[in-house]
Amino acid sequence: MLIYKATELVNFAQGDLLMLGAFVAYMAVVWWGLDYWAAFAIAVVTIGAFGALLDKLVLRQVIGQPQFAVVMLTIGLGAMFRTFASVTWGSEIYTLPTPFGGVTQVGGVTLSHQYLSIIIGTLILCGALYAFFNHTRLGVAMQATSQNQLAAYYMGIPVKMIFSLIWAISAGVAAAAGVLLAPVTLIDINMGLAVALKAFAAAVLGGFGSIPGALVGGIVIGLIELYAGATLPDGFKDTAPYIVLLVMLAVRPQGLFGMMTRKKV
Amino acid sequence: MRFQFKTSYDQDIRLFRDRVSASWYGLLAVAALALPVMLSEYYVGETTWVFIYAIGGISLMVLVGYTGLVSLGHAAFLGIGAYAHAFFLQHGMPWVVSLVLAVLITTASGLVVGLPALRMTGIYLAIATLAFAVIIQEVFSRWESVTHGFAGMPVAKPVIFGVPFEDDRSFYYLCLLFLVLALWLTRNLLRSPTGRAWIAIRDSEIAAQSMGVNLAIYKSMAFAYSAALMGLTGALFAHKIAYLAPDIFTILLSIQFLLLVIVGGLGSLHGAVFGAIFVALLPPVIAILRDSIPDSMADAASTTGIAAIGVVGELIGNFLKKPGVEAGIFGLILVLVILLEPLGIYGRWLKIRLFFSTFPMYKAATFKRQKSYMRSERLR
Repeated sequence: MLIYKATELVNFAQGDLLMLGAFVAYMAVVWWGLDYWAAFAIAVVTIGAFGALLDKLVLRQVIGQPQFAVVMLTIGLGAMFRTFASVTWGSEIYTLPTPFGGVTQVGGVTLSHQYLSIIIGTLILCGALYAFFNHTRLGVAMQATSQNQLAAYYMGIPVKMIFSLIWAISAGVAAAAGVLLAPVTLIDINMGLAVALKAFAAAVLGGFGSIPGALVGGIVIGLIELYAGATLPDGFKDTAPYIVLLVMLAVRPQGLFGMMTRKKV
Repeated sequence: MRFQFKTSYDQDIRLFRDRVSASWYGLLAVAALALPVMLSEYYVGETTWVFIYAIGGISLMVLVGYTGLVSLGHAAFLGIGAYAHAFFLQHGMPWVVSLVLAVLITTASGLVVGLPALRMTGIYLAIATLAFAVIIQEVFSRWESVTHGFAGMPVAKPVIFGVPFEDDRSFYYLCLLFLVLALWLTRNLLRSPTGRAWIAIRDSEIAAQSMGVNLAIYKSMAFAYSAALMGLTGALFAHKIAYLAPDIFTILLSIQFLLLVIVGGLGSLHGAVFGAIFVALLPPVIAILRDSIPDSMADAASTTGIAAIGVVGELIGNFLKKPGVEAGIFGLILVLVILLEPLGIYGRWLKIRLFFSTFPMYKAATFKRQKSYMRSERLR
């Protein structure tokens, strides 16, 4: 569904940022009575800023340490966010009202506008990210930074700022995804975890570091889930994506579109 | 200041460093044996938890701390061990046979996960184990003929060769025995060529391979051994918890075990034990604080006459009572440990010891670690 990683920063708190984004949007719409689009913007900007802040305060300390440290750090942060959300908003389930009512008939298939909004939103998001990472100076700089921080620094790239930006964008995208998803999955404190796990499955399936791969992976995971739910006995719906993921990792660990070569010495 | 002169290579791989440290461990063993006599039943039970977590910690330490393979799915192995043991006991197997079978089954499952792991490193492996854990958890809740699903599965008290281990005190000794066995076995493995191969793989796969370490064999060995220990942990866990349900073996439990090895200190068996003490005792400590902080702060407020103290105490108490706070506290501690003391409790202990043994000469730089700014796996 989401996850974009041109940055090789694996963020296990992504799902929880998504959850926070959905909650912020909910607050904006229901408590403050704002417009849906204003709420969308507020959620993306706040969570994006939060991501940058997080980078400044926490994640910058572990630059240069093994990737494992970042993974554990984000797991810890994710747990903290969930607790924060459960203390602030309680464990009830909220629904986010959206302007997308009705249904459309497209070639005999009935599509509700909510699902349509998710599909279009995802396509726009992925397209924009893809263009950003491959065709702008900043995007290419980000890719360079993620590959080799030292070399990027020598080339005159402001590595620290790039890192903050990466985290801001990643958090903002998570928030946007959260707002898009909110009407369908409903908002509760555990929504992030389930989505994040599937998103990881999608990201791995498509190959890390490949945005079209992530999109294809997401679609594949979604289809597998649908078919498994329809044809296989109960219980396979939730596990089928992971089984496929395990097989995939065993057979072709670099994913469908990924590239992975061994370090040469 | 104590100097250590090494006169033979064997000194590096002895079970105990020297007589002094051996006698300290002896003292510790005596203390552990005497503990149940001195403590109340409740604290003996909590200490038993420490032992069970410590065996699990050793298991994960072998994998994460020594071989450098990150597993986010150890709760699955724990669950497999627990359910297998409970299942065999229910079908009338003797305790020892049941335990051995449970460990064997867990080992086999560890090998199954370990096989794809041979081709993966770092984050891919973590995700694979995570996926495995999710699948296994689903299996626990669906395979009702064996696991009884969400209805739960009672586990009988252990009876070994006709000797019942009914109360907490006797079970304490059983767990202590297994902990010592696990420590001894693991220590022996680690100081053998196998252990050195694991450490070599952790430090650099390529270098290890160049030195003739067969990556596939040693990685699967690490996985199998770790899973076997986790199966043992699971069996003891099942007895301790007495009632198995699928929602015990969640990702949260796996993360708790990771927290254990990180807080304890990666790459040391001491760390596994320290971490176990920490992780097993934190929930009861939070529970005690939850009740005592509001009371004691209310007392302080009434004696000093400052109402604000009482209000703050009430707030803290209410905060700690909220559901899910424990996970957040674990998360916070995880973040703080990684930021402030990446070597964990054992690392801090080493630093303190070095500070005193080299007293005026201590340099903080001794423990400085090499940073690496190049971490891409995509080398095109």
